[in-house]
Amino acid sequence: MRGKKGKFIVPGDPVGTIAAQSLGEPGTQMNMRSFHYAGTAEAVPTGLPRVIEVVDARRTPKKPMMDIHVKERYAKDEKKVRKIANNLEHVTLHKIAGMMEDFDKKVILIRVNPSELKRLGLDMRLIRAKIVEFLGNKAKVEQRENKVRIKFSKKEKIINIRKTMNKLKLLHIKGIPRIEKAMIIKEGEKYFIRTGGSNLAEVIKLPEIEVGTVWTNDIMEVNKVFGIEAARNAIVKELKIIMDSQGLPIDIRWLLLLSDAMCKSGTIQAVGRHGLSGHKAGILARAAFEETMKHLVNASIKAEEDKLSGVTENVIIGQIVPIGTGIVKLKFASGRGTQKAKK
Amino acid sequence: MNEHKIAVYVNGKLIGQYYDSGEKLLNLLREQRRIGRLSDQINFSYNPKLKSFYVNTDRGRVRRPYIIVKNGKSMLTDEIKDQLVKGEINFKYLLDNGIVEFLDAGEEENAYVALTEDEITEEHTHLDFDASTIYSVVTASLPYSNHNLSVRNTMACSQTKQALGMYVSNFNIRMDSRSHIMYYPQVPLVQTAAYDFLNLKKRPAGQNFVVAVATYYGYTMKDAIIINKKAIERGLARTVQFKTYKITELMYPGGQKDKFQIPLPTTSGYRGEESYKYLDEDGLISPEVPVSGGDVIVGNTSPPRFLEEISVFGVTEEKRRENSLSIKSGDKGIVDSVMVTNGIDGNRMVKVRVRDIKVPELGDKFSTRHGQKGVIGLIVPEEDMPFSENGIIPDLLINPHAIPSRMTVGHLIEMLGGKAGSVDASIKDGTAFTGDDFESFKKVLADHGFDEYGEEVFYDGLTGKKVKMKIFMGVIYYQRLHHLVSNKIHARSRGPVQLLTHQPTEGRAREGGLRFGEMERDCLVGYGASMLIKERLLDESDKATILVCNQCGSTAVHDYIRNRNYCPVCDSTDVSIVEVSYAFKLLLDEIKSIGIFPRLITSDKAE
Ligand SMILES: [Zn+2]
Repeated sequence: MRGKKGKFIVPGDPVGTIAAQSLGEPGTQMNMRSFHYAGTAEAVPTGLPRVIEVVDARRTPKKPMMDIHVKERYAKDEKKVRKIANNLEHVTLHKIAGMMEDFDKKVILIRVNPSELKRLGLDMRLIRAKIVEFLGNKAKVEQRENKVRIKFSKKEKIINIRKTMNKLKLLHIKGIPRIEKAMIIKEGEKYFIRTGGSNLAEVIKLPEIEVGTVWTNDIMEVNKVFGIEAARNAIVKELKIIMDSQGLPIDIRWLLLLSDAMCKSGTIQAVGRHGLSGHKAGILARAAFEETMKHLVNASIKAEEDKLSGVTENVIIGQIVPIGTGIVKLKFASGRGTQKAKK
Repeated sequence: MNEHKIAVYVNGKLIGQYYDSGEKLLNLLREQRRIGRLSDQINFSYNPKLKSFYVNTDRGRVRRPYIIVKNGKSMLTDEIKDQLVKGEINFKYLLDNGIVEFLDAGEEENAYVALTEDEITEEHTHLDFDASTIYSVVTASLPYSNHNLSVRNTMACSQTKQALGMYVSNFNIRMDSRSHIMYYPQVPLVQTAAYDFLNLKKRPAGQNFVVAVATYYGYTMKDAIIINKKAIERGLARTVQFKTYKITELMYPGGQKDKFQIPLPTTSGYRGEESYKYLDEDGLISPEVPVSGGDVIVGNTSPPRFLEEISVFGVTEEKRRENSLSIKSGDKGIVDSVMVTNGIDGNRMVKVRVRDIKVPELGDKFSTRHGQKGVIGLIVPEEDMPFSENGIIPDLLINPHAIPSRMTVGHLIEMLGGKAGSVDASIKDGTAFTGDDFESFKKVLADHGFDEYGEEVFYDGLTGKKVKMKIFMGVIYYQRLHHLVSNKIHARSRGPVQLLTHQPTEGRAREGGLRFGEMERDCLVGYGASMLIKERLLDESDKATILVCNQCGSTAVHDYIRNRNYCPVCDSTDVSIVEVSYAFKLLLDEIKSIGIFPRLITSDKAE
């Protein structure tokens, strides 16, 4: 690791401990400040809760988000950008229509909101087509103006009507799944789209957008779509954003180190019992951290051997810890009266 | 009809419904209570949102009195006030005649309370006796608390509770296990209305200090205070600490008893003649003997643990055990009184009270009634203290930086009030909201030839030079808090270790070490200071030497008779001597106890 002035980190320097302290100390300050903002309307986790979210490698963030920049030639055209944004938003049937089931007559009644139709630039024929496509020959579909009537056979079981209804509610009309909301934000002359909800795989397929600038806060999705190297950078970026927003200056090298540690196995590992700390090499180190009995018993079943290579293990047994001045060892080659240092 | 249905609860239990307006019912029942038809201890409340009417008659409700207001007029008229002053009527009369009533937390929700008589409107239902009655008992004793931030008042409350004073006047015959009495306690110059009601004048806890707001070189940094050495020698803030030791002559099964006596040299655990030199023939110490940590104050022997212990010579002899009461390590003092009595179980009991005079020293904690706490940073000889042009030398200096950021304006007003009170020989009223105005203090000070804002020209006590700025000086009530350095000071180089872990003990009482914890260890790890970690955690802690069998890895033992090391598991004599922490040895034992066999694989150190 090359430092700022071209100096190297010395062999034996406990970079992990220093990284943990460099992140942990400002973390205590962050904790105290950011909880004061609790209860504000948009509860996007920032500060410590978000750090925990990233470091714990949660499957999805509490509030997934994306920033999507469109191709340069559209960027200044508000209408065009808005149109793209509208096409992103995931629209399901129950969002634009009132739905009701009548179990006596064995029908489902759907009344589509005309103003929603207009806003989204849809027409009834498309909706009818989608419904017909979904139902196949299970029921008959009648459409008059903005009303759709789905008629089942008289012998249809009520439970099947309810099941169909529930599926119809989530019928995909347009947009990209999991994108709940899309709004446009002006930045200088240009516009970009911010979405609530994230679906990286689908968004990057759109022709109008600039793939290289798409950002999501869902790190697991980055890992799935672009791979572990991208996920590593995403972790660094996410942590850096939080630290900067809190006004806490942290050298990016510590974030890089943390990110590297989390991604070293090829998948994203959480920091903690189920991740990095649970997979430490030494039995004693693992047992000292959490779930002591579990680790001791498992180690005894497998007749594991602790090489006593870590810091914790050596503190426990009372030996010199292999870090800093303790990592240096002298070896003598005896015989023939010559002494030469190995290693 | 259904719309107006109101649920009626008595003590939280639904008893029925009411089909009219809840307000009407509330007024009706209140009226009945005021004229004495219903007990004055019953409270009613109505919640229009929940359409619920509550009647509470049970115990444990916190209630407080209010003056009843009717049609925008206080029922406590001037006429009644006159009668009260003359003593013709009493509080009971007010309660019985619908002038005053007690409300509980529920009924307060239905009341609209005016704080002063002037602000009463038609809508008000009650009037408070005084605006300062919104405060609790302790808060009400803080002067000018309406000029302070609420957090400062909170702090002042908790500090007031720690103040040393004269909490009882019969302290001389009491045997409290621990108590402090101030030598010359004073009533504050700036008091509040609560001082009269709470009898605080009879139980003062502090003294009026002459305080200048000034720095003194670096010694007032971070809320440290400077104290005049002469003032301390005159008895400023001096307290005495009483500590009572107790011992009982216990009865044991089999009719045996403890015995208070000077233990005989044959007693097992005999501490030597020197230790018992203060004891009288009855085994008790006499009053006015100076004692310190470890000294025996009551000699006591207990019967042997096992009957008829057989000694080496084969004869049975009764060997009593030494079980004396001695002064705790670190304590010192003079035996104040010795009391012999019977305990609740009828056994003879002795209580020894030890007194120790606590003269203020470096690090003792002081506080005003505004949450302005500080510890003594330096005790300055009187001749080195700054003095005013009138020749007044302050008792105490407080750092000016303590004031602006904390915004304890009440502190400054009290200082001014105390100064005014001491020049015109009067007690000032600092009751919140209604106390003496600080403008009045300005006049008093000006009339007596002082600066009306309390600022005075000062001279440096060390150089004699005039101080460039005027310095604010006043008189303020200071409290000595019971965090005394002499009861907390603690250091250790070597000392006792715990039986189980062989690690140093914890805590001052056990002469313990200071914990070098996980985070401290991490700091050394961060520096890469491995040798220092090993020294702290092994050499200076629980270093132990164990024997390990090179063949099977179990712990080996030393056979003293044949003088050899061998392994009790595999009988091998191929044994290594290993240095580990005793805690690790303990860990191995515990792992063995859960049925896991840990093996230590040994290798040559040079490798
Ligand atoms: Zn063996």
